[in-house]
Amino acid sequence: MSKLLAWVDERLPLTKVWNEHLAEYYAPKNFNFWYYFGSLALLVLVLQIVTGIFLTMHYKPDADKAFASVAYIMRDVPWGWLMRYLHSVGASMFFVVVYLHMFRGLLYGSHRGPRELVWLLGCVIFVALMAEAFMGYLLPWGNMSYWGAQVIISLFGAIPYVGDSLAEWIRGSFVVTDATLNRFFAFHVIAVPLILAGLVFLHLVALHKVGSNNPDGIEIKKNKDANGIPKDGIPFHPYYSVKDLVGVVGFLIIYLSIVFFAPEFFGFFLEKDNFTPANPLQTPVDIVPLWYFTPFYSILRATTEDLMLFVRGLIVIAVIVAFIRTKGLTGRVVSAVVGVAFLVGTFVFVPKFWGVILMGSSLVALFLLPWLDQSPVKSIRYRGWMYKTALTIFAVSFVTLGYLGMHKPNDFSLFLFKNVIWAQACTMAYALFFILMPLYSVWDKTKSEPERVNFK
Amino acid sequence: MKKLILILILAVVPVLCQAAEESEPLDSVYVNLDDKASLQRGARLFVNYCLSCHSAAFMRYRRMGNDLGISEENLRKYMMFAADKPGDLMKVAMPEAEAKKWFGTAPPDLSLIARQRKPDWIYTYLLSFYRDPSTKTGWNNTLFHNVAMPNVLYTLQGVQRLAGHDADGRPQFELEKPGKLKPEEYDKAIQDLTNFLVYLGEPAKLERYKVGGIVLLFLVGFFTLVSFLKKEFWKDIH
Repeated sequence: MSKLLAWVDERLPLTKVWNEHLAEYYAPKNFNFWYYFGSLALLVLVLQIVTGIFLTMHYKPDADKAFASVAYIMRDVPWGWLMRYLHSVGASMFFVVVYLHMFRGLLYGSHRGPRELVWLLGCVIFVALMAEAFMGYLLPWGNMSYWGAQVIISLFGAIPYVGDSLAEWIRGSFVVTDATLNRFFAFHVIAVPLILAGLVFLHLVALHKVGSNNPDGIEIKKNKDANGIPKDGIPFHPYYSVKDLVGVVGFLIIYLSIVFFAPEFFGFFLEKDNFTPANPLQTPVDIVPLWYFTPFYSILRATTEDLMLFVRGLIVIAVIVAFIRTKGLTGRVVSAVVGVAFLVGTFVFVPKFWGVILMGSSLVALFLLPWLDQSPVKSIRYRGWMYKTALTIFAVSFVTLGYLGMHKPNDFSLFLFKNVIWAQACTMAYALFFILMPLYSVWDKTKSEPERVNFK
Repeated sequence: MKKLILILILAVVPVLCQAAEESEPLDSVYVNLDDKASLQRGARLFVNYCLSCHSAAFMRYRRMGNDLGISEENLRKYMMFAADKPGDLMKVAMPEAEAKKWFGTAPPDLSLIARQRKPDWIYTYLLSFYRDPSTKTGWNNTLFHNVAMPNVLYTLQGVQRLAGHDADGRPQFELEKPGKLKPEEYDKAIQDLTNFLVYLGEPAKLERYKVGGIVLLFLVGFFTLVSFLKKEFWKDIH
């Protein structure tokens, strides 16, 4: 056995990789509950790929056959129903896990230096995941699949001048058709998964280069023993492999409970309207995206003519923040010019276009986080009331936006005001969390970080 | 930290409450897929009354026979009116174009009807037909106004008249002409039919709960095991 290993090691750095990334990768010993979600995201990715392969064996990417082939999987393929539910519930669980994983970053400052690239790659993964989910949702060819795709693709039509041609190019037709289904199938089963796998690989390599953050937000590499091993670090394997196994089984209990006992999850994971085949002549009463997209969908719908005044306000505030935080003249001139251009744009282009811009910006803002956040400390444990308040408002706004995205804009699903008013308020809160961050992250009264991590 | 989690939980709660809300007043039906006899009676009604116009094109006779404990002989004798082989799908002989001419719209496929509509809706709908001379078919439905479908079960139910609405807005019916079944018997029959339609919507439901129970039992045991394993490994970390 050891001879065989030696033979392999001469030709492939097997032991070296094993040691670098598992047996001798030193992770901080104080990981808490929030640190389960990284390994869980990887688990769900693998599960989605495996179940997806089985589904692909029986699914037919053809507008005339797609819906029936899913029904065939659910009824005639042995264990097909299990593969399908694992996959459809898995998609939603992927977002649950990823949202919690991202929120962990905001809590403990995982986006901060030296982990900027880890964070950026993570953001790209998130965007790719959204694309993956969106295109996968079309494949069952249910009526909600169809109309959801119709609405979202038509958003590209809001882009001035090239919008309509762009939307047509994406669909491969004037409306969502067989051509759209076929290309979405190609993207969903091979193009995007390949990109995702590559990005996840880079995400991990970048993480292992700089080392993991921890709930105290301090660098364990600053405190090494005589052998050059971080004093607060422990080998990932076996300590975290066995700990993550507990997380995995705990997660499986929740995940499989849903798969076996509530796969539709009260209409949140599989919608009633999607049990009707796609029908271009029959629009569902409410076209609503699945829950994981509703926060962004809410932002899109909240951007009406009434909101434009506030959007202009946001632009002005952003320029003021840039003026305060940049010292050089060039920086200030650039931000002023960009600000004025945006301001002019709000008068030139229609609100629908700005809805798309705001929705896009809500994702772009995540990418900028490592530079917007200029606090001397990383972890929420040592930050002051300002960041804590801001993060709470942000989290509540995000969840509220998600909630409002499932309801009609003119209904009163909350209290006092119409949904659209709440959505507009939450959109502003979402934006201000990022725009004001360069100020409050610095003004905040922080506590001093400890020398060593806290471990009970 | 804990406060934050609490806030998040509180924010999610209204979402779940909202999901349970109801718009139309529906009568509730007890769905029990373990009641094979009820499913068999429902299947019998389905093939006799529904399947002449509605298809269940994703379902095979044999699957139904196996799941509900109906022998192939009985399947052929009492169930398969429009098919030769037990492996056939429950298609309908009526051509779609003809159906459109007769009813104004093609009767929808019923394979997944119980997943598009709530069981309560189906149950209420099937009980809510009444005589209405103003429509093309002479029938109307309080839950689905001006529906193209006539009351095909009237020989069993009898003929209902809409008497008015009670204080809650629920329709009140009066039996003008009794059918073959007494009102309680008819109600029972519709419960069976609804039960069957729920089965038809997802035959896997019969095994899903059972498999799930075993899987979760294993996982809970395994969880205890790995928890101890983790404790054992982490003993030396201080």
